[in-house]
Amino acid sequence: MSIALKEALVQRYFLSKVIQSIVLLFGVLLLVFVMVRITGDPAALMMPREASQEHVEAFREKMGFNDPVMVQFGRFISGAIVGDFGNSLHFKTPAMPLVLQRLPATVQLALAGLVMAVVVGVPLGLVGGFNPGSLVDSLGRFLALLGQSVPNFWLALILILYFAVRLRWFPSFGRDELKSVVLPAFVMGLPVMGQIVRLTRSAVLEIRGEDFIRTAHSKGLEPRTIYTKHVLRNVAIPLVSVIGVQFGYMLGGSIYIEIIFSWPGMGQLLEQAIGWRDFPLVQALAVFTSLVVLGLNLLTDMAYAVIDPRIRYG
Amino acid sequence: MPKALEVRDLVTRFYTLDGVVNAVNGVSFDLHERETLAIVGESGSGKSVTMMSLLGLIPSPPGKVEQGEAFFYGASGRRDLLQMSPEELRDVRGGQIGFVFQDPISTLNPILTIGEQISETLTRHRGLTRDEARDQALELLAQVGIPDPKLRYKNYPFQFSGGMRQRVVIAIAISCTPRVVIADEPTTALDVTVQAQIVDLFRRLREMLGVAVIWITHDLGVVAGIADRVLVMYGGRPAEIALVDDLYEHPQHPYTHGLLGALPRLDARESRRLVSIKGTPPDLLLPMKHCPFAWRCEYAHDRCWEEIPALTPVGVRHQVACFYDLEAHAPRQSASEGGPSNGRE
Repeated sequence: MSIALKEALVQRYFLSKVIQSIVLLFGVLLLVFVMVRITGDPAALMMPREASQEHVEAFREKMGFNDPVMVQFGRFISGAIVGDFGNSLHFKTPAMPLVLQRLPATVQLALAGLVMAVVVGVPLGLVGGFNPGSLVDSLGRFLALLGQSVPNFWLALILILYFAVRLRWFPSFGRDELKSVVLPAFVMGLPVMGQIVRLTRSAVLEIRGEDFIRTAHSKGLEPRTIYTKHVLRNVAIPLVSVIGVQFGYMLGGSIYIEIIFSWPGMGQLLEQAIGWRDFPLVQALAVFTSLVVLGLNLLTDMAYAVIDPRIRYG
Repeated sequence: MPKALEVRDLVTRFYTLDGVVNAVNGVSFDLHERETLAIVGESGSGKSVTMMSLLGLIPSPPGKVEQGEAFFYGASGRRDLLQMSPEELRDVRGGQIGFVFQDPISTLNPILTIGEQISETLTRHRGLTRDEARDQALELLAQVGIPDPKLRYKNYPFQFSGGMRQRVVIAIAISCTPRVVIADEPTTALDVTVQAQIVDLFRRLREMLGVAVIWITHDLGVVAGIADRVLVMYGGRPAEIALVDDLYEHPQHPYTHGLLGALPRLDARESRRLVSIKGTPPDLLLPMKHCPFAWRCEYAHDRCWEEIPALTPVGVRHQVACFYDLEAHAPRQSASEGGPSNGRE
């Protein structure tokens, strides 16, 4: 195969992934647009129940809900492309900047949780995979089971009770100091850590049993070379994709945890926006979260291709 | 002829949850320089385990090499492989003894380039720099008949066909000009035309490098084309060892006889059923107290059920572990000692 052809294939892979993401994003926009109108009257959905008929009528006219659907959709899409989802009904200011304001807090929380999950989970999984049945392996498997089975809202309350109320080591809510992130990040990271421990462990066990590892031993390579070059790189393939997907989930799905810890992130804002029936804000949040998840998946696909040549040229 | 390898009374067991598997029960053989020794036997006869045991490639636990000696005449003189430290053994593996495995699809790392997988052996054993190793690897690729080595060097295994991959595995095995190459069913996973090419390649490389080859197989057709001598194994023990022509013309063990009888013949006049040996291989979980082939042997008599036959010389470089003389159609009269070795429980 010529070099040019190879590069063309690599580019084709990335291009097809980008196009897939764009198509998906368009699907999300369509869904968000339809969701609000599925009950028939978006004005009734967005206005308080006790609002008078005239108020609802005026609101409907103002929001353009009397225009033909296709016109509304065109307006929605052309706005969405430049990040304009209209004004928040509650704050009376553009919705998107409100979302972006909350982004750093959510990213901080998800990142802290992910770092904890990876830093603890990967070594535990590796040690367990290389020494199945050892003490560290038993510990890792116990933690993994715990992490995956303990409900996070319950864990959050217990942690607040002990570490915030009794011991006073960490604040119980808010994002006022750096150590505020510890408890919510722990709750967020624990199930992911459990998954990473299990995945890493089983991947190491599986790869170690592969014929090509026997080949590497038969070449007289040093055990360290075999572990780093032959085992770890192969283990990294499933690990990277799971970490990428999980990070996406953490960014989009931290609603519970943000509410329990009053963490001023996008999840908390979403809960509030739903309470206020602030649909422009909900739409902006939904689209933005999807965008973040899609972007992460795209990055994961690319990382995947960097490690695994079969994906690159396949 | 000087020896390259001398194996005496090798015993390997696997301690599994089902019990102790007696995989290799006292195997002895010599391998001479430049010689090709074929090891033949059905699945579970201990062919591969014997070879893996010699070089510490048995997964342990559950496997354990429990007895025996394996003298290798290598760079540091006559040394017992089974007494070597893991570090010394690593120097021998890949450096002085090369391996070719059965399934070329799974024996190469899917995410490293072909070139890298050849070069790393060279940098490990020869202390070459990356550039030197690369030049050497390109030469090796050409030697094993891979066209356009410069381009192929950067390819990954999945971009190669099965036969091409086996050529790469062979290139790795011979990369450090070993004294011995152990080929574990190298043609089994390949189709027949490719099989013939690989056998040809082996013959050519053997002449060129003067290397001794142990060729593990269950394909007697391939054996006739490549081997100098043949060791037939049954139930983890040697059944018969002989020069290849001698073995084909005068098989002395009923098992060998049965194996050769089971070969389909192209020159048969009329069609006939394929012949098979009746019965099933022995259960290696049970410690053997008698000839392991007795269950399936039509010549079995009292003695076969009382003791284990030892390898006994019956001709020029021909030994057999059997109490029955096939040519005289009568039980052998000679005493059981005389063979250099035997599996003692």
